[in-house]
Amino acid sequence: MTVRLGAITKRGHAEAIFDAFGSSWGWFSLLDLTLTDFLTIITEFIGMTAAMSIFGIPPIITVVVVIGLIMSMVISGRYWTWEKIVLAFCALNLIYVPAVFLINPPIHAIATGFIPSFPYGLTNNVFFFIMANIGTTIAPWMIFFQQSSVVDKGLQEKDIKFSRWDTALGAVFTVVCAVSCIIVFATLLPGANIGDAAAGILKILPINRYVGTAVAIGLFDAGLLGAVCISLASSWAWGEVFGWPHSLNHNFKAAPGFYLFRLAILAGAGIIVLIPGAPLVLITLFVQVIAVTLLPAALTFLLLLLNEKEVVGKYKINKLQNIIAVIIIGIIIVLSTLYAMSAIFPNLFA
Amino acid sequence: MTNPIRDLIEKVREINRKYAKPRIKMSRPVRIALLGLRFYLIFLLILLLYKFILAVR
Repeated sequence: MTVRLGAITKRGHAEAIFDAFGSSWGWFSLLDLTLTDFLTIITEFIGMTAAMSIFGIPPIITVVVVIGLIMSMVISGRYWTWEKIVLAFCALNLIYVPAVFLINPPIHAIATGFIPSFPYGLTNNVFFFIMANIGTTIAPWMIFFQQSSVVDKGLQEKDIKFSRWDTALGAVFTVVCAVSCIIVFATLLPGANIGDAAAGILKILPINRYVGTAVAIGLFDAGLLGAVCISLASSWAWGEVFGWPHSLNHNFKAAPGFYLFRLAILAGAGIIVLIPGAPLVLITLFVQVIAVTLLPAALTFLLLLLNEKEVVGKYKINKLQNIIAVIIIGIIIVLSTLYAMSAIFPNLFA
Repeated sequence: MTNPIRDLIEKVREINRKYAKPRIKMSRPVRIALLGLRFYLIFLLILLLYKFILAVR
């Protein structure tokens, strides 16, 4: 839906909301997106510093190198160069797949492990895990990021069908990475109580050094890709609304506001992670709560915009697509809201 | 000499003027959707306030 909207209107999602729904909904979306993105980038830095600490690299080095790396990706001032570098890091995330082959788990264990079974019924815990999966997988920045990237890339109406394949392929690769990661942890640490990914890696390393290293690289890479995309989502949104030049096809001199904003959001998040005793657990909790205030709005605006013939012309979605979209959006809103509520009230589903 | 705060305020005013009137047709489904969103956000706000009061107590 975002590809369709971006390719036809040539506007990012933030600008589209301002234009269609007025400045009050526009400011709400822009400021909520920025806050959510900032807090999410902090959590990405937490993951990256934890992964690198396994290799003995201090957090300050990780933060500085990551910011330098992200900013240097755009030094050429060409969207295609940036996209190729990011695709290389996406390919690196497939490192979980060889890790599965290294531990060689029995096929029947994998097959039976992925068949949903609820020996204790649909308990609150099962429900919580379903909500957590959806609540942490679908985030509002993704809508803003994809629409802005479609505009920056210069996609036309004729490219929509290819972009649909692009999105589907990305979704499949994401699931392949996630499934591989689950197989590694379930095979090597069955039933283990793991607080976070880094703690899990520390338990895997003595069992299989190569697999532990691969998972640590995967964790770092996931955090890096998150920081790259999330910082861009906000920078594009501010550029669209404030009228700054905001394209990756511009170099720093041609779009200083766009790049400085991005640098500021990355540096700010990195500094918070480095502060001793920073309330990182509270921040992680807040990410969910604040994201859930924006997600329903962003999804609803998307659906309303795609129903406006004046905005999308012949690409207005039909009745069947509307019904499917309303059902999916409804489920996402309900589950992500319940997940955020469980973050505010931890005993809600206990 | 330019004042960055004054420039920012002026820019925000300019944006507010530019997008003062929503372009979307305020049909019945649109009005219902926006009203629903407002109620949803108020609900979340009340929930957070309730949590805050509980935490303070």
